[in-house]
Amino acid sequence: MNGGETLLLEVADLVRHFAVRNAFGRRVGWLRAVDGVSLTVRAGETLGLVGESGCGKSTLGKTVMGIYAPTAGEIRFRGREIGRLPTRERRKVAKDLQYVYQDPGASLDPRWKIVHSLHEPLKIHTRLSRAQREAEVQGILRAVGLPDAHLDLYPHELSGGQQRRVGLARILTLRPQMVILDEPTSGLDVSVQASVLKLLRSLQETFALTYLFISHDLAVVRVMCQRLAVMYLGKIVESGDTRAIFKEPRHPYTQSLLAAVPRIGGRRVTLEFSLPGEPPNPRDLPSGCRFRTRCPLVKDVCASEEPPLREVGGHLVACHFA
Amino acid sequence: MAEDRGGGQAPALQLLSVRGLEVSFATDRGPARVLDGISLDIAPGEVVGLVGESGCGKTTLARAILGVLPAGAARVHAGEIVFQGRDLLGESPDVVNDRVRGRAITFIPQDPFSSFNPVFSVGTQLMDLMKWKSPRREGGDGGTRWPAVLQRYPRARYRADRASVLDVLRAAQIPEPERALGRLPHEFSGGQRQRLMIAMALLPRPDLIIADEPTTALDVTIQAQILRLLRQLVKERGVSVLFTTHDLGTAHEICDRIVVMYAGQEMESAPTEAFFRRPAHPYTRRLLESLPSADGVIRDIPGEVPSLIDPPSGCRFHPRCDYVTAACRAFLPEAYAVGVAHDVRCHHPLAAAVGSVT
Repeated sequence: MNGGETLLLEVADLVRHFAVRNAFGRRVGWLRAVDGVSLTVRAGETLGLVGESGCGKSTLGKTVMGIYAPTAGEIRFRGREIGRLPTRERRKVAKDLQYVYQDPGASLDPRWKIVHSLHEPLKIHTRLSRAQREAEVQGILRAVGLPDAHLDLYPHELSGGQQRRVGLARILTLRPQMVILDEPTSGLDVSVQASVLKLLRSLQETFALTYLFISHDLAVVRVMCQRLAVMYLGKIVESGDTRAIFKEPRHPYTQSLLAAVPRIGGRRVTLEFSLPGEPPNPRDLPSGCRFRTRCPLVKDVCASEEPPLREVGGHLVACHFA
Repeated sequence: MAEDRGGGQAPALQLLSVRGLEVSFATDRGPARVLDGISLDIAPGEVVGLVGESGCGKTTLARAILGVLPAGAARVHAGEIVFQGRDLLGESPDVVNDRVRGRAITFIPQDPFSSFNPVFSVGTQLMDLMKWKSPRREGGDGGTRWPAVLQRYPRARYRADRASVLDVLRAAQIPEPERALGRLPHEFSGGQRQRLMIAMALLPRPDLIIADEPTTALDVTIQAQILRLLRQLVKERGVSVLFTTHDLGTAHEICDRIVVMYAGQEMESAPTEAFFRRPAHPYTRRLLESLPSADGVIRDIPGEVPSLIDPPSGCRFHPRCDYVTAACRAFLPEAYAVGVAHDVRCHHPLAAAVGSVT
């Protein structure tokens, strides 16, 4: 796609809280998984959403997908608000906006042959005849690089990389415009990971797809995404052009995240520096800036004022000292 | 370096020396030859990384060294595992259990979440380990073999052991170690639990720790902390580590030497720097190239990992290799040196590495 000026997805101040209940079902607090996130995805691009486990990146993806209802905020897909549609209407959006689960093995029915799983979305969302469906499935199967013989296998007979290919084939049969990829390469060996990434790129070209790429692996995000949003405890702390962020990270969290990634061939990074502590409990967040409990630059103002996202050197950063 | 053929130093200097180990597993479709003549040396105080893709046999090798291969399914056909001068495969299982496993060789598991018993406090579990595996306990119980429940834990030894448990917890940077002993495993985060596992592996004062992908379940910033802690603790104590991982970045951070395995055969062994800068085996180079690189080009390895039930003849990488010749299909060469402590098993090692021999 050229230009990439059309906004496909706009998320504004999105909030998703979960009630924390005690043994008697009484609400004792809120888990603020996504707490005021705004982002935009342009048609044809890949936006990376990175952060450590528990930062809310998957909750954000699932809320956009409609798996969770938003607590507050707006989700606009192709200019239309989809966060509060009635179920029947919302289901129709699923044809254009699809979600690839982290573990494709677990998201395929173990008692269905692959062919059955691939036909299912077409049966639900289209009125194609059986012959048309078969032609469609064959075409998609070739695009994801699986032999026809695999149609008659069960999920457990496939390797992890092949299961991911089936997961992708399954959503591509509907020709969506946008795909949310939740950790598409976690748990794969490096060589299999390379072939899955290669496939994702070629599919993006062939089917003019837009990706929201959720991952904790910065090396993967770097090769796949044009733009990047870094999340920490339910908030975006830095976002902008991938190359700019890798070249000059502004937020201390992004800096330490990048510093913690082993750099092959260079010096041992972890022996010189590691971020102290662990993320605080998301049920009991620190006041002000959420990163202040681990931040090397922390000052008094960090505890009293929550820093807003503001533009620094071409990208957005939420830090008082960026 | 011609006199170095055969690779490595004299076996007497090694803490552990695995020679020509062949292990197969019984499956419905016939035996799967999971280890095909593996050799591996670990020197005292050395951190050796065992890298390879899933299914290459690295966990099987680790389990063979620990002597915990599944008894019904696995068969050792050939080879020896010489630890401190004695072949563990020839020792009686009782002696291995009493003197070696859990004492001279300990283990750090991959998943700290399922490796503690959820209903006992961490202190109970640590002291239970010390009752049997404490370095203060004299070698086994001789010939008497009382049932375990009847053996008591001498009071004086308990007190001394508890003090050393607290010392190790402090070294592993567990906050408030006294109180930590009274807590249940679920009260600790993943990173803390992995610290406890490392502490447990160090408690019997072992000579060798086998760490099976101990950081794959952790986030990058926590992983960095754990790698740093582990390397610091083992280097202070002069403990050797066999660190299995599929993550080359992690191996780069912690290992002195890296051994790469493919489909049950060891392909190359090199000091960490040489491994990443001058890989000699075509598989190693392909593996390194498949890492996401800053230039944005993605390169995969064509083909698939072979079935171990009907593996390719000779070098098991030959169907996917760019340099394959008739010799590769016929046999896998013995390891030979292409650099300082840099051994490779390949008929056609890459020129960059060979050129570095001076």
